[in-house]
Amino acid sequence: MTFTVVAASYRHRERQRSAPYRTVMAGVTFGGVAVFLGFVGILTMFGQREVIAETLSLAHLTIAMSAFFAGLWVTHASSRTGLAARVAQGLGAGTVAGALIALLALSIHLFKLRRVFIALKKDLLDILTFEQSIGAAVAVLVIGGALCGLLGAALYLMPRKLRRPLVVGLTWAFFVGLFQELIQLMLQYEFLMKFRELFFTWDGLKPQGALIVFAAAAVTAAAWQAYRPRYDSFRENATPGQARMLLGFKILIGLVLIIGFPAFAGNFIGQVLMLVGLYVLMGMGLNLELGLAGLLDLGFVAFFAVGAYTTALLTSNADIAIANMSFWQALPIAVVLSVVIGVLFGIPVLKVRGDYLAVATLGLGEIVRVLVLSDFAAPVLGGAQGVLGIPRPSIGGFEFNDPVDLFYITLVASAVAAYFAWRLENSRLGRAWTAIRDDEDVAQALGINLVNVKLLAYGLGAGFAGVAGAIFAVMLASIFPHSFQLLISINVLALLIVGGMGSLPGVVVGAAALIGLPELLREFGEYRFLFYGLVIVVMMRLKAEGLWPSAARRRERMLEEESRAAIEAELRGGASR
Amino acid sequence: MAVLEADNLHVFYGNIHALRGLSLEVGKDEIVTLIGANGAGKTTTLNTISSILAPAEGEVRFEGDALTDVPPHDVVGRGIVQVPEGRRIFGRLTVGENLRMGAFLRTGKREVRQSEEHVLTMFPVLRERIRQVAGTLSGGEQQMLAMARGLMSKPRVLLLDEPSMGLAPMLVETIFEAVLAIRNEGVPVLLVEQNAFMALQIADRGYVVETGEIVLEGPGRELLENDEVKRAYLG
Ligand SMILES: Nc1ncnc2c1ncn2[C@@H]1O[C@H](COP(=O)(O)OP(=O)(O)OP(=O)(O)O)[C@@H](O)[C@H]1O
Ligand SMILES: [Mg+2]
Repeated sequence: MTFTVVAASYRHRERQRSAPYRTVMAGVTFGGVAVFLGFVGILTMFGQREVIAETLSLAHLTIAMSAFFAGLWVTHASSRTGLAARVAQGLGAGTVAGALIALLALSIHLFKLRRVFIALKKDLLDILTFEQSIGAAVAVLVIGGALCGLLGAALYLMPRKLRRPLVVGLTWAFFVGLFQELIQLMLQYEFLMKFRELFFTWDGLKPQGALIVFAAAAVTAAAWQAYRPRYDSFRENATPGQARMLLGFKILIGLVLIIGFPAFAGNFIGQVLMLVGLYVLMGMGLNLELGLAGLLDLGFVAFFAVGAYTTALLTSNADIAIANMSFWQALPIAVVLSVVIGVLFGIPVLKVRGDYLAVATLGLGEIVRVLVLSDFAAPVLGGAQGVLGIPRPSIGGFEFNDPVDLFYITLVASAVAAYFAWRLENSRLGRAWTAIRDDEDVAQALGINLVNVKLLAYGLGAGFAGVAGAIFAVMLASIFPHSFQLLISINVLALLIVGGMGSLPGVVVGAAALIGLPELLREFGEYRFLFYGLVIVVMMRLKAEGLWPSAARRRERMLEEESRAAIEAELRGGASR
Repeated sequence: MAVLEADNLHVFYGNIHALRGLSLEVGKDEIVTLIGANGAGKTTTLNTISSILAPAEGEVRFEGDALTDVPPHDVVGRGIVQVPEGRRIFGRLTVGENLRMGAFLRTGKREVRQSEEHVLTMFPVLRERIRQVAGTLSGGEQQMLAMARGLMSKPRVLLLDEPSMGLAPMLVETIFEAVLAIRNEGVPVLLVEQNAFMALQIADRGYVVETGEIVLEGPGRELLENDEVKRAYLG
């Protein structure tokens, strides 16, 4: 726990920095983010996306937000200064951020920067100047920045009762605006016409729509806040019967949402949800290997490929197919074969530990991909041409053709897999995995058979990926070697890290955040991985245990926080003495 | 009659000849201590008995059966339980979870509960801290937990590797009292120690190991009086 002490004293020192230093730093940091987004071209792209139709583009919102968060952050970091000083600091930080962006506008105006930085051209200048003269723009940016910084400080300082509804309302309005196309797509039904026109034009969210969304969300949040204590006391005093009913009710709502929503929302959303589902399946598999047993595996995509190719070869009507089974007959075979491959995969790396394991599994995964692509295996696996003509699954006369139909298959598979994973986690085997994760030698000294336990981790983990692969094959109706890149392994690993290692709900949250969100924001295409990397770095700085940490991690974190608080109290006491 | 016998063990790490024909015995109801300088081969001996290392020559016998080719987890299954040196507890699990890990090979729920009750009576500090995350225990508490966890496997012979390392004299005494209690319950103990004075006081018999060989053996009291031992280990 010495680590905690170091971290806490470091924080303590940070707080000791002078107020002007903090103010300028906050402005430079957040303004710098906006400037950076300008340099790489993201701001220009944001300019084309309107959060509120013909009123507010995402680019302008980003600029305003950089000043806003500079003000908010500096207010947060100066918790021990007076009220007036904090407001002044907020104002200052916002001004600095605005000035930095104004400087960018000025530089683009004065110099031909686009020769080096191709994103710094007229479109960006138009955004930064609001299509006004450069002098007016600089004034607007600096003064606007100051105002936004002030608002940030105000938001932080206002009473919680007011802040919560405001934040909730704004967040909702923002997301409805951002995803307006998707939402409009869902409101295609004739009887919803009037409703849709209230909020949206064809181009985006109307200002009045934004206002309504904001008001509705804010009022709901305020009402919930007022009602919350009563609800909490009800929950605490509930009889077991009532508690069970409450839980049942929640589960019911959840079920209705997850089952009803995709059917209502249509095929695009269905497709995205299905992809999320496939990653949830793979995430649960890798979670057994890495989260529970602590075996890092960068070749995980190999098992996904085994599931997909087995299903393809067993069901396809192409020439190289080896059987003409239905999906339902092929699925169990695909899973069993994945498990077998998983175990075989585990054998050569049994004695490899730590960093070396990452490299060894990376190599194994690549071997599988190269093998599939090779001329040597081409007569069996189809080589670069892949396997075509994989039929869709069907039950009775019903054929699962649409993405939404296939989503339901994924959903059922995920639910079954989740149950299985949950049982495993709490089984003897699960405990053995936890033991080898923490200390292999001691685990052995307690009578745990390292070989069996490790191979089972690889095998069972692979089984989950096999299910995902099988569904993936019928989803695409044809598969190619290039679908099974290292990137998939890395995605699965990243979603575990973001969601929270060793936590089942974390897998779902991680998949939704890392796979679902970018999929919904497809047009951001080429910048996807930039955001991806950014999210992971920020996560590691702020919430290293993941969005939905496992119980053990949460416990650890709590302990750390407690000791940190204790240390800070101690230091503060010492300072005032 | 000896419960555990090591017979003429030769162990190599690459070309380092770590054990050179080492033999020892642990009898029923005995505390046997193995003392020696750093690097003499004490841990190596325990690891060979636990089957983690395979001897190039010689064999280990437990209740008359040779343990050659028995994998380490089966050795534990037979009742030879080692508490490794350096307080290696599962730092992220709670004290209770650590104890239950110790009972990994056992099936009877009620018996496991009884064992848990038993070790918690032996180490009352652990009962107070049953829900605490083990990594936050003090060094002495961690050592007690490591021993308690070993006992949860229901050993028929217990191998302890330097349980007193780095502990204050008070705690060393607690640990050694526990060793006596374990023996009195009928579990023989093979105790590896650097703290030769304390170890020889409670041991029924002792062995002195030097560069992989036993150079001296005898009853604990006798070794305490031995001039060579006094010079080399008791200062
Ligand atoms: N894995 C290994 N590889 C190479 N040499 C080793 C290894 N483990 C131990 N040795 C060597 O074998 C010899 C005996 O080591 P061992 O760990 O048994 O000593 P020890 O008596 O337990 O010492 P200590 O009291 O310091 O724990 C030492 O010379 C050591 O350097
Ligand atoms: Mg040693």
